[in-house]
Amino acid sequence: MNALLQMLSYHFMQRALLVGVLVSLCAALLGVPLVLKRYSMIGDGLSHVGFGALAIASALHLAPLAVTVPVVAVAAVLLLRLSRNSRINGDAAIALISSSALAVGIVSVSVTTGMNTEVSSYMFGSILALSRSDALLSALLSAAVLALYLLFYPRIFAVTFDESFSRATGVRAGAYNSLIAVLTAVTVVLGMRMMGALLISSLIIFPALSAMRLCRSFRGVVSCAAALSVGCFLAGVTASYFLETPAGASVVLADLAAFAVCALLGRRRKGR
Amino acid sequence: MAILSCENLRFAYEGVTVLEDVQFSLNQGDYLCVVGENGSGKSTLIRGLLGLKRPDGGSIRYGEGLKQTEIGYLPQQTGIQRDFPASVYEVALSGCLGSLGRRLRFGAAERERALMNLERMGIEELKDRSYQALSGGQQQRVLLARALCATQKLLLLDEPVTGLDPIATGELYNLIKLVNLCDNITVIMVSHDIHEAVRYATHILHLGQRQLFFGTAAAYKESSLARRFLGGNRL
Repeated sequence: MNALLQMLSYHFMQRALLVGVLVSLCAALLGVPLVLKRYSMIGDGLSHVGFGALAIASALHLAPLAVTVPVVAVAAVLLLRLSRNSRINGDAAIALISSSALAVGIVSVSVTTGMNTEVSSYMFGSILALSRSDALLSALLSAAVLALYLLFYPRIFAVTFDESFSRATGVRAGAYNSLIAVLTAVTVVLGMRMMGALLISSLIIFPALSAMRLCRSFRGVVSCAAALSVGCFLAGVTASYFLETPAGASVVLADLAAFAVCALLGRRRKGR
Repeated sequence: MAILSCENLRFAYEGVTVLEDVQFSLNQGDYLCVVGENGSGKSTLIRGLLGLKRPDGGSIRYGEGLKQTEIGYLPQQTGIQRDFPASVYEVALSGCLGSLGRRLRFGAAERERALMNLERMGIEELKDRSYQALSGGQQQRVLLARALCATQKLLLLDEPVTGLDPIATGELYNLIKLVNLCDNITVIMVSHDIHEAVRYATHILHLGQRQLFFGTAAAYKESSLARRFLGGNRL
C-alpha cells in the first residue's frame, strides 16, 4: 500500500497515469468501430507515420505534438481513402506507406542524433517522455476526442452498422468516416510517446476484440471495451513500476491476458 | 398527385449508359415490383431513387411532402456483417436517424417509435436480443422495423427475401403487404421472384437496361414479355 502511494507521489507518474487513462479510453472507444469496419490496419499504419513525423520533428527541433498531430491526421484520411478504393490493393498500400514512414523516421534520427535511446523510446515508448506541457495538451486533446465521440455516438453507430442505409437517410457517412479517422490519428499520436509506435495499435484493437467476446450489444461492447482498456492500462503501468519492465509492453501484456480471459468466458457462455 | 415520378431517367457509369428511358409514376399506397435479370439496372435505379447515385439525365420528383431522405430502405443483406454486435433495439432505433436533424441524441419520441415498429413486426420481445443471434427471417424483420422508423410514406426493399426459407419468405411478404394496406405506405420492391411479385404487387416495372414494361400487375400478366420472361409458363 505504501509502495503504491509512493508511486503515485511522483509527478511523472501522475502525468503518465492521467494521460494514459484518457488515451486508453479514447483508443478503446474508437477501436470498436475501427475493428468492426475492418480498419484495424489503419491504426497500425498511423503509428508508423506518427513515428516518422516525430523523428523529423525532433530532428528539426520543432514541437513534437504540434507537428505530428496534423501530419498523422492527414495520413489518416489518406489511408481511409486508400483502403476504400477497390482499384488499388488497399492492404498493400497501407503496408507500403507505414514501412516507408518508418524508414524515413529511422534515417532522419540516425543522421541527426544517431541511433540511440531516442529511437528506442519512440519505438517502444517511455513513461518519462511526457513533459508538463505535453501532458496538458494530451489531456485536452483526448478530452476533445471523448466529447466528439460521445456527441456523435448515434451517428457513429449507424455508419458503422450499415453505411448505405445511413447514407440513404441523409447522414454524411464519408464525413463521419473521416471524423473517426482523424480522432484515431490524434489518439495514436498522444498514446505513442508512452506506448511506443510499435505497440500503440494494440491499445486500439485489443479492448474491442476482448469486449466482442463478452457483449452482444453495441453499447455493451463500447462500455466493456472502455472499462477493460483503462483497467489493463492501470494494471500494466503498476506492474511495470514494480517489476521495472517497459510500460508500453507491460500494458500490451495486460491487454493480452484480458483478451485470453474474455475469449475463455465467451466460449464457455457459447457452449452452454 | 404522384408520390414519386421519374421522367426520362438515365444512369451511366463512366460514360457508359446502364439504364435509360425510365419513365413511371406511383401514387400513395401503390406496391411496385421491379423485376429484370441480373445487370438489368435494378440496383442502379434503387441507388438513384435513394440519392446515392446522381441521374445522368431526366429527373426524379417526390410528391406528397416526401423528402428523399425519408425513404425507408431495406438493403440487400450482403451489406451488413452478420457478426456485428448490436441489440435488436439499437438497430431499429438507428432508423430514426433521419428525424434527428441537428439534434445529437435520440429523444423519447424516437425511442417510442422504435419500440412501436418492433411491435408492428411482431418482434418486440426480441428487443434486447443480439441481432447476430437471430434467424435470417427475424433479422429481416428487424431491418424492416428500422426502415419503418425512417419513413411514414415510402419503403424501398432490395431483394428482401434472398436466403430465407419458404416459410420465412411467406411471412415477410405478408408483413410487407400488411404495412402497405393498413398504413397506406407505398412499397417499391426489387425481386427475383416474379411469381410472388405479380401476386402481391399492384404495379410491375420490368427493366432490361431500359424500361421494358410499366403498368399494373394485371396488365403485366397478359403481356407477351411476362410470358417470355417466365419461359412460356402462363401465370
